[in-house]
Order: sequence, then structure tokens, then C-alpha cells
Amino acid sequence: MSENGNKGSNALLAVSSPPHIRVINSIPSIMWTVVIALLPAMAFSVYSFGLRAALVLVTGAVSAVIAEAIMQFLLKKPVTVKDGSAVITGILVAMNVPPQAPLWMVSIGSFFAVIIVKQLFGGLGFNIFNPALAARAFMLASWPVQMTTGWHTFQGVSVLAGNVQNTMGLPEKAFDALTQATPLAAFKEGAKLLGEYNITIQQLSDFLFSPQMLKTHFMGNMGGCIGETSAMLLLLGGIFMLYRKVITWHVPVSFIGTVGILTLAYYNLIGYPSPHMVALSNILSGGLFLGAFFMATDMVTSPVTGKGMLLFGIGCGIITFVIRIWGGYPEGVSYSILLMNALVPLIDRFLKPKLFGT
Amino acid sequence: MIFSSFRGGIHPPENKHITEGMAFSNLVIPKTCYIPMQQHIGAPARPIVKVGDIVEEGQLIGEATGFVSANVHASVPGKVVDITETLTVYQKQPTVIIEAEGAFTSSHALRDDRKIEDITAEEIFVKIRSAGIVGLGGAAFPTSVKLSPPSETAIDTLIVNGAECEPYLTVDDMLMHTFPRQIIEGIQITLKALGIKKAIVGVENNKIGAVKALQKVLQEVKPREDISVKALRTKYPQGAEKQLIYTLTGKEVPSRGLPMDVGIVVQNIGTVFAIREAVLFDKPLFERYITVSGKMINKPGNYKVRIGTRISEIVEDCGGLKGDPAKIIIGGPMCGLSVHSMDIPVVKGTSGILFLSRDEVNAGDFSPCIRCGKCVAACPMGLLPCDLGTAVENNRFDLANNLNPSDCIMCGSCSYSCPANRPLSHFIKLAQERIKQKK
Repeated sequence: MSENGNKGSNALLAVSSPPHIRVINSIPSIMWTVVIALLPAMAFSVYSFGLRAALVLVTGAVSAVIAEAIMQFLLKKPVTVKDGSAVITGILVAMNVPPQAPLWMVSIGSFFAVIIVKQLFGGLGFNIFNPALAARAFMLASWPVQMTTGWHTFQGVSVLAGNVQNTMGLPEKAFDALTQATPLAAFKEGAKLLGEYNITIQQLSDFLFSPQMLKTHFMGNMGGCIGETSAMLLLLGGIFMLYRKVITWHVPVSFIGTVGILTLAYYNLIGYPSPHMVALSNILSGGLFLGAFFMATDMVTSPVTGKGMLLFGIGCGIITFVIRIWGGYPEGVSYSILLMNALVPLIDRFLKPKLFGT
Repeated sequence: MIFSSFRGGIHPPENKHITEGMAFSNLVIPKTCYIPMQQHIGAPARPIVKVGDIVEEGQLIGEATGFVSANVHASVPGKVVDITETLTVYQKQPTVIIEAEGAFTSSHALRDDRKIEDITAEEIFVKIRSAGIVGLGGAAFPTSVKLSPPSETAIDTLIVNGAECEPYLTVDDMLMHTFPRQIIEGIQITLKALGIKKAIVGVENNKIGAVKALQKVLQEVKPREDISVKALRTKYPQGAEKQLIYTLTGKEVPSRGLPMDVGIVVQNIGTVFAIREAVLFDKPLFERYITVSGKMINKPGNYKVRIGTRISEIVEDCGGLKGDPAKIIIGGPMCGLSVHSMDIPVVKGTSGILFLSRDEVNAGDFSPCIRCGKCVAACPMGLLPCDLGTAVENNRFDLANNLNPSDCIMCGSCSYSCPANRPLSHFIKLAQERIKQKK
């Protein structure tokens, strides 16, 4: 061939419209990058909750992959389970349940996410709601007990135990209530305990929002759903995704920022002791980092423009805040994202980029 | 100094290192030249020679047929052996085929004593028009038309496009390195033709050597005109007319408007170089500089080539191919056209020929849009390529038309950045074509 240039005339040449080169980022590379970004948080959940967490995660992921393969086969579509998108959905479903959640529930959750929320809407790119979050809402409505119990009991957690017993002298029952649930649940429960155990709001605040506790929140040595506990490792994953240009800063920054600012303003207004500590605690717990970095940024169910993403994040933040302060749930991240998912077509319709030359 | 840049844009791998800094050499004169009559935007030229005629190098063989049209000249001396429809990069069209024979009289090279001061704007225009100069950046718009804006528009600035933002291409870079003095002269001539004093040369800052070469000449020559050279952020499509104007002046060419609407005329580096040769030496545009590159060609480089040389002859002269290329591209990989035959000749608008291997090109199927918004972030015009693509894919041209497809400059940044490999700019092109048909 190289001997004779003219021979090239006979070669089959591909012809297509320009451009002829493309970015290396393909859908599979984006999806698997997200999986890698989730690895530290997953590893940490196994470290703090035990092998049970690994079992739940594997169940979630495998169920989602099986569900996707079955659905694509039945719908006579190309089977694309290798693209990693079902794996992410399954992992996120598992990350949204308590560590002791029954495996059958996790499996059904993954099936619901992939079959009902994703494939029946047309598959990747066409779903309106984040599949994992819709599955969480579905599980919370169907099995409220399994979804709100089964928290991990930390054996001899020195920070909490020391704090409680030394500074407050809380009865054991109150201690259990405060330490077994998630921090935000404990905060809501705590208000109830005030009268029951005759402790002051200052004492409760000192206990829940000490610098030590905040550090615990950030590191993740606390109760919660499998994937939500370590804000630090979720942030690490988020930064990795930002670096790999898989997500942009708009949604995480506006979402977390809105929750922080509103919480700070609110607790300042009602004169709560150390409002900045409450705000920090609100940011670092309740799955906000998991939601803001890994679920609200879901490409399919968030706006396409930068402006739209900012509005989306702010909306998520406001709804999360409202649910946490006045709602029936201690957390609010998942419902806020689901509600904003529904508004995405509207946001995209009204927030278009400025046309050059107009 | 680096200016703030335009909205959007992408950073594709530059791949300019393959031919960067490689001095120009002449490709061999083709034995047979294929000279198409339409190498420009506008009306095709009309052949004015017959089969059997003997022509000189640079002789007029195709005459412009209207204001927006351009003359075509013989690239080699020889005999017209056929005038027939042949394949070109644009479409199948009447082509004058010349078999080279006889002497190269090179009449144009003898008159280099002409001074810019002695030539009137009128004369410059006539010489550019008769030399068949067209935009050499790729679009091939007749230069004489650009230089005669309607009397009601007031032009104040000439922008010279040395951005060369297309990956692989280094021909403009090399022109600025090799002929900085000639380019400044070309700018002075163009300014005179326009009757203005101000010119800005915009060059991406990955070609800082070219910037320095031009600036050095400016310091030495100290032209009376206000000519400056600006280094720009390296970002594709920095060389797109509207983006270049915005970066250099902060002015936005109105939607569906032209640069002259903001008082600006844009000319490519290669074009001002050709303008100088046409005006000072009466040299018609029958040869040009190109970059030959890509992983599949044995001797990539920057070359001077006669218009009408077929790709197959260039391949032979460049040491042949290393294997079967996946694609042969005329122009750059972002805006250039892929061709299926090596019989296609170089035309005036050919800035490069790329022989790309399988791992250099995009390939494979596309999948549904995942709404990642990367195309929206990349679009320098503020369009929604994702929505346009989906609308066209579903044959909903009514929806597509509401999304301003006519504002698309076909830079391809959207398709480039799409993780689903969707041919977004192709979809938008279809929407544009549909609008044209309706008119």
C-alpha cells in the first residue's frame, strides 16, 4: 500500500458531514466516571456499616442491570447495559435506603426505577424523573417502616456517648433516639424530647451542633442511608466529576448554597442558638451532597442551559428547606429534586441562551 | 495581550504539531490539471477556451458571469484536452482539463517594481477582480464583492483572520512566519481598496511566533496605517467571522447580518497574501498554499500547489499513504468536507488535505439525546443544538424553525461535544436547507 499512493484510490473512504472529529467523552465514559466518583462513598459505607452495605449495593446494581436487559430485550431495543447508566441507577437506589433495609425491597426499588421510571418513558434520555429518586419515593410510600428504620447502631460511638453522658446526662432512651436516627431526624425528634426529658434548647443545640459533631457529619461517622453519610467523600466524588467535565458547578453550588443561606437566615430570625452551626449541619447531612452532586445533576432530568441549571438548583434548595422546616419529613432532598424534575421542560422553554447578535 | 473571548466554543486536540514549523515546499506540477469553473460562492464562471486550445500559465479560461462570481485561470501551460463534468469537492460540474506542456512564461513574476502608492483604489479592485481572488480560508467568497460594500454602509475596520482555529492546519501560521512583510503589504493594499486606515490581525496565541513575526515587521516598516496584531485565546471557532469580530472589537454582528453591518470587513491571511500578488504582479490565483496532514500520509507538510492538482497526485508527491485512511478531508476536520475519491482536485478554497486514520475520526452510530447540555454550552451562537437535532430527527421542521437554525454558523462544536455522537450540525443544516427550499 505504502509503495504506491495511487492504490489508495481503491480504498473505501468514509464520507459524512463535518465535523470529522469528536470529543472522547462518550455516554459510557460519562456513566462509568460517575460510578468511579461514587466509589469512595460506597467504600466508606461498607467500612462504617459493614458488609451488609456491600450486599445492598450489589443487590441494587445487579437488579437494575437485569431489569434494563429484560426491558430492552422485550422492547426489541439494543441492550445497552454496558453503558453503565443502569449500574448508576441501581447504586443510587441502594444508597438511598437504610443499611439494614431488606434486600427484596432494594431489588424491587431498582426494578421500579429502571422499568417504570426509565424504560417505559423511552429509556435513557427520555425519562422525566430521576429513576433512583422516584424509586426512593416509591419505596418510602410502600414500605415506610423498612425505609425509616434499620439504621446502623454504632457500637460505643465515643463522640456521641461522651457528649451525651458527660455534658447532658441524658437518659438512655433519649440517647437512643438521638443517635440511632439520622442527624436531621434527631434534630426534629429532639424538639419532642425537650419537654419529655427536661433539657433546654441550648443543651440540645450544644449536643447536636458541637464542632465535634460537625466534624462527624463531614467525615460521615453517623447514621443515615448507605450513601449519604460522608459529605467529604461525596464532595471528593463531585470534584472528580467536575474535573472530568461530567457535571458542571451550577446545580451543586446553587442547591447547596440555597439550603445553607436559607437555613442560616431562618435560624437567625427565630433566634436559635448558634444558627451557623445548624446551617452547616443542614448542609452536611440529610443526603444533600449525595443529592446535589449525584442526583440533581442527572443530565436527563435537569435543564440544558447554565441559567436553567442555576434556577433548578435554587428551586431544589428552596423546596428542601421548606420540607425540612415545615414538612413532615426530616429531610427533603429527594422530593425537592423530583418536584424540580417536573419543572425542567418549563425551565428549558423559558430560559434559553442569548442568541448571538440579538 | 489576550482578550476576553466569545461565548461557548471547544478545545479539540490541535494536532498542529504534525506540520508546525515545516517550511513551504513546492508540490510537483501536475501532468494533468482539472480546473472546475465554480470554485467560489456565487455564479459559476463560463469557460472561454475550447478543446484543443493552447493556454499559457495564468491565462483566463473561465470568465466571471455576474457580480458575485470569479474568474478562473489556467494553472499550467498546455493544451485543453477536455471540458467536461467532473467530480469536485462541491459538486459535479464543468471542468477544464489541461495537459501540461510548453514553457512556464511566468509573466507575472517580472513586474515587481510597482509601488502601493502608485496604485489607485479603483485599480486595486480591478486587479483583484481579474485575478479571480476569492476568500482562501475555505468559504471562497469572491473578494472583490467583499471589497465593494454598498455605499450606504460605512466600513471603518479591516480584520485579518489569522486565527486558524481548525485543528491540523498550519498553512496560515506558516504564511505569517514566512511572508510577514508581504502580508503587511497585502493589508496596506486592502486598506487602500476599502479607503480606510485601521486593520487588526487576529491570531490565536498558539501561534505566538507568527504574532511576533508580524509585529516585528510593523516595527520596522512603521506603516502610516493603523495596523495592529492581537494574540487571541486558542479556542475553536475563534476564526469564525462573527466570533473573531466580537473578540477583537466587542461588536456583535446582528443575527442574520453581515460584518459590514458593524462597519467591518474580514479577510483571511492567505487572501491578503494573494491580493498583494494580484495587485503588485498581476498574478492570477492559480496556485495556493495548503497543509497536507493526518496520520496516514507519509510526508505531511505545508506545500505550494497548483489549483487543479488532484489528491492522488498530491499523495504520490507526499510519499504515498501509510495504509487505507478512514477519511480524506478537504479543509480542516471541523468544517472540512470528506471526499470519497482521490480524483478530486484542489480548488481555490482548499486550505488543507487530511488523511485521517480510524482512530483520528469519529465513527459509529448515534444514540438518543441525553440532554447533557454540552452542545448548548459549546454553541458560540447561543442556540439549542440538542433541541434542534431532536426536532429535525422527528421531522418536526416547524419546531426546528422556532429555534433559529439560520443563525447556525456550521462550526460543528455541538456535534464535536455530543457524548451520544449525534450529528447535530448535520441536523441543523437540514433545517437550514428546508428553510431555503421553502423560500
